[in-house]
Amino acid sequence: MKLNGGQALIKSLEMEGVEVMFGLPGGAILPVYDPIIDSPIRHILVRHEQGAGHMAEGYAHATGRPGVAMVTSGPGATNIVTPLADAMMDSIPMVVITGQVPSAAIGTDAFQECDIIGVTRSVTKHNELITSAQDIPRVIHEAFHIATTGRPGPVLVDIPKDIVDPNNPNSAMDWYWPDSVDLPGYKPTVKGHPRMIREAAKLISEAQRPVIYAGGGILKARAAEALRELAELTGISVVTTLMARGAFPDSHPLCLGMPGMHGNYTAITSMQQSDLLIALGSRFDDRVTGKVGAFAPGAKIIHVDVDPAELGKVRRPDVPIVGDCKAVIEELIKEVRQLQATAAESGGIAQPDRAPWDAQLKQWQAQFPLHYDQGWNEGDALKPQFCIEMLRDNSPEDTIVVSGVGQHQMWSSQFWRFNHPYTWINSGGLGTMGFAVPAAVGAKVGMPGRTVWAIDGDGCFQMTAQELVTASAERIPVKVAILNNAYLGMVRQWQELFYEERYSEVYLSPDLPDYKMWAEAMGCVGMRVEHPDEVVPAIEKANSIDDRPVVIDFRVDWTEKVYPMVAAGTSNDNVILGPEMGEGGH
Amino acid sequence: MAGTAATGAGPRHHILTVLVENKAGVLARVSSLFARRGFNIYSLAVAPTDDERFSRITIVVDVESSPLEQVTKQLFKLINVVKISELDPADAVEREMMMVTVNAEPGTRGQVIELVDVFQGRIVDVGHSELTVELAGPPSKLDDFEDLMRAYGISALQRTGRVALPRLERQAQRLPNTGIRSLGKVG
Repeated sequence: MKLNGGQALIKSLEMEGVEVMFGLPGGAILPVYDPIIDSPIRHILVRHEQGAGHMAEGYAHATGRPGVAMVTSGPGATNIVTPLADAMMDSIPMVVITGQVPSAAIGTDAFQECDIIGVTRSVTKHNELITSAQDIPRVIHEAFHIATTGRPGPVLVDIPKDIVDPNNPNSAMDWYWPDSVDLPGYKPTVKGHPRMIREAAKLISEAQRPVIYAGGGILKARAAEALRELAELTGISVVTTLMARGAFPDSHPLCLGMPGMHGNYTAITSMQQSDLLIALGSRFDDRVTGKVGAFAPGAKIIHVDVDPAELGKVRRPDVPIVGDCKAVIEELIKEVRQLQATAAESGGIAQPDRAPWDAQLKQWQAQFPLHYDQGWNEGDALKPQFCIEMLRDNSPEDTIVVSGVGQHQMWSSQFWRFNHPYTWINSGGLGTMGFAVPAAVGAKVGMPGRTVWAIDGDGCFQMTAQELVTASAERIPVKVAILNNAYLGMVRQWQELFYEERYSEVYLSPDLPDYKMWAEAMGCVGMRVEHPDEVVPAIEKANSIDDRPVVIDFRVDWTEKVYPMVAAGTSNDNVILGPEMGEGGH
Repeated sequence: MAGTAATGAGPRHHILTVLVENKAGVLARVSSLFARRGFNIYSLAVAPTDDERFSRITIVVDVESSPLEQVTKQLFKLINVVKISELDPADAVEREMMMVTVNAEPGTRGQVIELVDVFQGRIVDVGHSELTVELAGPPSKLDDFEDLMRAYGISALQRTGRVALPRLERQAQRLPNTGIRSLGKVG
């Protein structure tokens, strides 16, 4: 079958099972947009290419399927660099197709030319310039394979215009679909080493103060069920990192919640005082460890990761296991069962008495809960944490929560109760402000039956709000709660605590722009909430609207800070519980 | 595969041989991983192997062992990198080639030619007052020759960067320490 390159590209995407793609056309990618008209693939026309990238990420987060975005050359391509970097940091499977100037013009500073392969080399798992129309099916097939296997990540495919333009003889190709990939340098390890897994089971059986340190890899490996089985089998408590919220239910008695810079006291301290950390798909990020040299000083480390480069990158593991989290946990469960059976047969005890440790955890949880005070007197400011709790309590239990980056992100991760995997979507590694609105749109496209709430900051919202126009036009009814404190709040918090309250360039204003009018101008329902007693009715109204996006401007207390806090670069032993402890924590 | 992030060996020469797919842009991917960390590549040689689908890159860097291990692991992650080995200089055969144009006036020409003979080099071009010499061998031999030629006046010098292979007898005996730390892809 003779096709042109543009047709072959769209057909290749269809062969990969792509249902939806996010993009914005332009000169160089124009020939590929023509066959979209005849394709069953839904294309969502964004208002800015960054939006297309974050939508693809949100879609991938929510569904587990690779997100697909397509943009033109030059500025279209550079506008999607931030989402690529974001997807790289958070291991999001994504395929981005960029147009490129015609082959003969590459390197001539042609109109809208950019060396996007060079630009994105360090922010993609892989990228490739296709040089012949005949290669299109093979390269697209490889791109999806690379994006979705091993440690997932973004792949960029750059396509010169001449090989997709039907008016150019370079675009002629004979259609085929490869039945395999030939990548001699790419063979991710799935199964863990049996001897290492036995070692791990032995350490688990000996530990007195073990903690499971679950990271985003649990979700990428679809290992939430396996994790739960392991935790229940061993009775070991679980902390879930920012990228793993929902991987283990917050309602579970063994769940300790989130560790890290703004984690809760029990999660942080349990890791500090543990004698065994079972790191599953987590990467010892600096926001989790605090000062690395002082992190969990008495703990042995079992580290399971599909990416061998993570093992020993930050902390040397006692038992390193390269492999897919789900496969390794399932094998580990078998080994632990074996050890327990052997111990039972010989009349011994399977593991040391962990009752004192469990009692200690319970005591910390009781002594150091998260807290805030919502006053109900006239003139009392609306607390952002209260808004989140009311959103949580008045929305369906399987609501997907999407956040930007900053204080609102930390409060959301702390105060929401995540009881299902894939219900929490945020930008963890790169910390991309403006992530929430487009990622929520992508998540809603992938999961149309679910309620999707973006909990956003006012600073974040202003960066990508235009994608609500996309949402209105495409009838994607996401909901946005702006926790509007009129500041770049997290930066303001640091200036208050660490820069002697010298507030440099962080004030944004509560009513410039007018968020309600802005939302309405974008085809959404806009609401404003200033008092605590208006919160629940506004949320109920928003949840009852399902034919268009809704934006609620919550005017919250600008003085509120995120606690607990471990100051950057300090030890996790120094948890600052609240303002009463001062900036030093003592 | 246990990490050695905590150990801190001193700076020293490391030779990495990297087998890569013979494709456009692969060298840039490899070198940018060193550049990202501010590691200067001391020398680098690239050529296709006996199998034309692959090229071998020989990289010499001066860095501490622990950061190098992290770079090496990152190199494995490149899709086009097939295999990577670190060669211990003590257990490897290293060779390099050099061409040098040296001042050789009638009064000193004899001395230069004599030294070229001693070093088993070859004169590949002759001018009125200069000679161009080709010399191959271990890098230290090239260093010595370069020092000697400096006294006569070097007007141009080009070295290829070294290539290396593991010493054979140790590899054949499969001793525990083969000199190759095979860091090939896991699995």
